[in-house]
Amino acid sequence: MYRYDNYDQSIVDARVEEFRDQVQRRLAGHLTEDQFKPLRLMNGLYLQLHAYMLRVAIPYGTLNGRQMRKLGEIARKYDKGYGHFTTRTNLQYNWIKLADAPDILAELATVEMHAIQTSGNCIRNISSDQYAGVSADEVTDPRPWAELLRQWSTFHPEFTYLPRKFKICVIAAEEDRAAMRLHDIGLKLVSRDGKVGAEVYAGGGMGRTPMVAPQINDFVPEDEIVSYLEACLRVYNRYGRRDNKYKARIKILVHELGVEEYKRQVEEEFAHMRELGLNPPTEELDRIRPFFAGPAYETGLSDEIDRADPAFALWVDRQIAAHRQPGYAIVNISLKPRGGIPGDASAEQIDLVADLAEAYSLDELRVTHAQNLVLPHVKKADLHAIWQKLDAAGLAEANMDLISDIIACPGLDYCSLANARSIPLAQKLSERFAGADRQKDLGELKVKISGCINACGHHHAGHIGVLGVDRKGVENFQLSLGGSGAQDASVGQITGPGFSEDGVVDAIEKVTDLYLSQREEGERFLDTYRRLGMKPFKEAIYG
Amino acid sequence: MVEFLSFREGEAAQEPAVTVESFTGQSNSTAVRIEAGEDARELLPYIDRLSLVEVNFPAYGDGRGYSAARILREAGYDGELRAVGDVLVDQLNAMRRCGFDTFRPDKALDDAAVERALNRYADVYQKTVDGRRPVWAKRHPETVNG
Repeated sequence: MYRYDNYDQSIVDARVEEFRDQVQRRLAGHLTEDQFKPLRLMNGLYLQLHAYMLRVAIPYGTLNGRQMRKLGEIARKYDKGYGHFTTRTNLQYNWIKLADAPDILAELATVEMHAIQTSGNCIRNISSDQYAGVSADEVTDPRPWAELLRQWSTFHPEFTYLPRKFKICVIAAEEDRAAMRLHDIGLKLVSRDGKVGAEVYAGGGMGRTPMVAPQINDFVPEDEIVSYLEACLRVYNRYGRRDNKYKARIKILVHELGVEEYKRQVEEEFAHMRELGLNPPTEELDRIRPFFAGPAYETGLSDEIDRADPAFALWVDRQIAAHRQPGYAIVNISLKPRGGIPGDASAEQIDLVADLAEAYSLDELRVTHAQNLVLPHVKKADLHAIWQKLDAAGLAEANMDLISDIIACPGLDYCSLANARSIPLAQKLSERFAGADRQKDLGELKVKISGCINACGHHHAGHIGVLGVDRKGVENFQLSLGGSGAQDASVGQITGPGFSEDGVVDAIEKVTDLYLSQREEGERFLDTYRRLGMKPFKEAIYG
Repeated sequence: MVEFLSFREGEAAQEPAVTVESFTGQSNSTAVRIEAGEDARELLPYIDRLSLVEVNFPAYGDGRGYSAARILREAGYDGELRAVGDVLVDQLNAMRRCGFDTFRPDKALDDAAVERALNRYADVYQKTVDGRRPVWAKRHPETVNG
């Protein structure tokens, strides 16, 4: 894991003091809410329906036990004892008092954490693959680049007042576990002639105009990624639309200019920028890389797992992914218990996962964009002990990528932008499909729910997506099918007229029944949908 | 309270700034005002005769002026570069880093707040046009000169 040096620490500490100063000016009445708003937003503080919400950055979703424990401590001390993990692999507190916010940031700074640029029209938290460094299919660990970009994007003076927010993702594996092509810019590290570089994708995103990012460059050498991104951002900052916030994301610019024209402008700017010495030297990447080097694994460990306990075996089959080191496994911890709130964890659960990371996972854990947690380095011999502890804490649900592993935004229960409540729908769905055999039979099925058009719940990328809208004062849910955030990224299609909360649960049941009756050998729901098209599903729902 | 802030040696330019259109159409003016959305690169053929470029920020959230400033400095413009309009104290640092050296905000700024805002961060992560050594250069003094 990356550790701050004195430079990193001094910048984060200075930010805490700056924000303390800003909050004091606000509380003393020297700043109006209008004047304060852009300042608090640069620090992840939103004014929501009931209280302030603070969004804490978890860079590229990686953290250690000490950091996790601090998140639990803050939940207990300043919130109502909960934290909410988001689709951006951040953590949100929903019940924060403005006067406490500077103290919370100061506490975070003691464990090398912050809330910098977790909101506002700037470059947001860099996201990455939750299996980075441990999956067998990656070219290299993408996180050193993600950390390099975290530093580059922190208080970038030219790109702090962009037309709209800007999300960057870095992956390095064939399998896309991070929805890379649904980011404003996605980087996929590849190797060419023994050199590492990035395929660059620009203009992806969700919101009201979902787009899968097209590739704009097939190889930017690793030591020029920063200047290339500066070029991409400068073209966007200068020419992205500012007349309508719903058309202000880079995807609209790329779409309106056309990929070739955007690319041409970027290349022109890049030709200029690469001469300015903007790229950190390769020694800087060399400095960062060892922080992410594989920990000291034990060798000669057995790959045997005692499957005598059937509940444990079920969990192993669902939640464990292959680790590249013999004798080790990647453990996925579900934050989607039956009837629960997707992504929520209590302070006690946060503490437990911190303990488990320290005791069993070489002091490291990850957050996924599907709002779950990962222990990346677990000895197979320890799996049973971990499972027992998770089970006792209500964290042993065996539903990864199944129908109840639902992504949902906070929705109208918390969010001031929402039109509909996402959480109760997620709860109802998870109850309706609670049977373990039924879920297993349905197989991989990614359900994603957003409470408004901003699509924080990634509904466009759901195999089954649900969008909550407001129809004449009544919550209404639109159903879409066929989206994907993975390497086969696609945008879902709306089935037709919307439903009530119960109606959409019924409709999803009809859709899954049709899948079960029509699927061919080895087909996931998504495959069957792609083969058959919308028509039969539509008939099943509305016929 | 400060209504005009300068980090330049000597007097600020007094000549009224003209629009980009009239500037590029007449040969004797030395001061120009860029509105958000106008292309700073149109001025590059004239930078030797320019003594003032005013960049207007119609709203604090409109960040096009930061790119305009940096483009001019990258091209070697060393005359006065003035930020005007909705310029807030919490933006001064970023503006300085993009090459602005004078400021005439719509609303006067508090001196003490200006002082704090500009001295808050001892270190920066990016190389821009302000000559500050980014953290990565300080970390590797043997490979990064200047």
